[in-house]
Amino acid sequence: MTAANPDSLMVIVPAFNEQGAVGEVVRSVHLHVPGVPVLVIDDCSTDDTILVARQAGAEVLALPHHLGLGGCVQAGYKLAYELGFQYVIRVDGDGQHDARDIPRIFEKLKSSGCEMVIGSRFVAESGSRTGFVRSLGIRFFRLVLRPILGKPVHDPTSGFVGVNRRALDVFSRSFPLEYPEIEALVVLQRRRFRFEEVPCTMHPRTTGHSSITALKSLYYIFHVLMGVFVNVLKFDRRALRAPHRRPPDSGAGG
Amino acid sequence: MDHLLNVTTGLSVVLIVIVLISVRRAHIRVEYSISWLIVASAMLVLSRARPLLDAVRRSVGLPDTPLTLFLLAGGVFLIMLFRFSVIISHLRDDNIAMAQRVAILEYHLRSIGNHEK
Repeated sequence: MTAANPDSLMVIVPAFNEQGAVGEVVRSVHLHVPGVPVLVIDDCSTDDTILVARQAGAEVLALPHHLGLGGCVQAGYKLAYELGFQYVIRVDGDGQHDARDIPRIFEKLKSSGCEMVIGSRFVAESGSRTGFVRSLGIRFFRLVLRPILGKPVHDPTSGFVGVNRRALDVFSRSFPLEYPEIEALVVLQRRRFRFEEVPCTMHPRTTGHSSITALKSLYYIFHVLMGVFVNVLKFDRRALRAPHRRPPDSGAGG
Repeated sequence: MDHLLNVTTGLSVVLIVIVLISVRRAHIRVEYSISWLIVASAMLVLSRARPLLDAVRRSVGLPDTPLTLFLLAGGVFLIMLFRFSVIISHLRDDNIAMAQRVAILEYHLRSIGNHEK
């Protein structure tokens, strides 16, 4: 699997114990974006996720031990960057993301030139609905992120994201390791990178169960707030040290 | 009051013995045992040197001598816990980077193997 053309796209699928859903996810991606390589990053599953993913036609990056979502996604970004891919779209392995939206995210990445495109449940008025607690959390982080990002973000917790090579360059070196979606936005913004949102459909989980509990939600909010705060501080300290240096927005070319 | 200081002396000796046994059995590395040994030795000395502890108590302005010793020990242990958190964070970062590298290398090896078949 190598990147042969300047518009090369790879779809990465982080998965942990998703044997019930990952096969269908891979087949769905192959169906809607034929010819695009699919890389399942297995976060040391204890079930047959690797086997099912390979049988469905995916390449598999098998982590030797459980790293959590951020470490898992970053491993995929690193490999995609090393293989020379220009664009990477992340689709979760639980089947909640609709592969029919991938071409729209890809087109937006190419046409807008922005570094990240988020598949958002809430851009369209008729967007998907989510649970009450999660909805509250999303509203809270919208408020927090608005002044930091300088523009509104409708779905900051969406894992359905596409990035170009400049973002890939940054993320392969530095990526939030737990609950990465919101912090990743701040990491990009601090480098003056841009993001766009496109409306997407999200399905309810068909197999397995979410690991998010009420207690974990509180921990999530505190953890992400700390991460956002630290990223803002990091950037400000760097800016003070080298006020005339350009942010690394030129990235690494193809 | 003296009883509390005697207990502290006993705990310090026990801590020193546990650390030395752990180092001998390679349960902890020498570089991480040093800070424990220094703290335990300092607690031992302070608990047996009453005039020294009284001098520290007066300079800090605390009413009670054993309280001074426990506050000092508590403060030092907090600093040590923080230091270990820093070390663990570095180790975790290194560990994640290494696990990712191992996975990527295994992926490349598998690709090469598939090409050769």
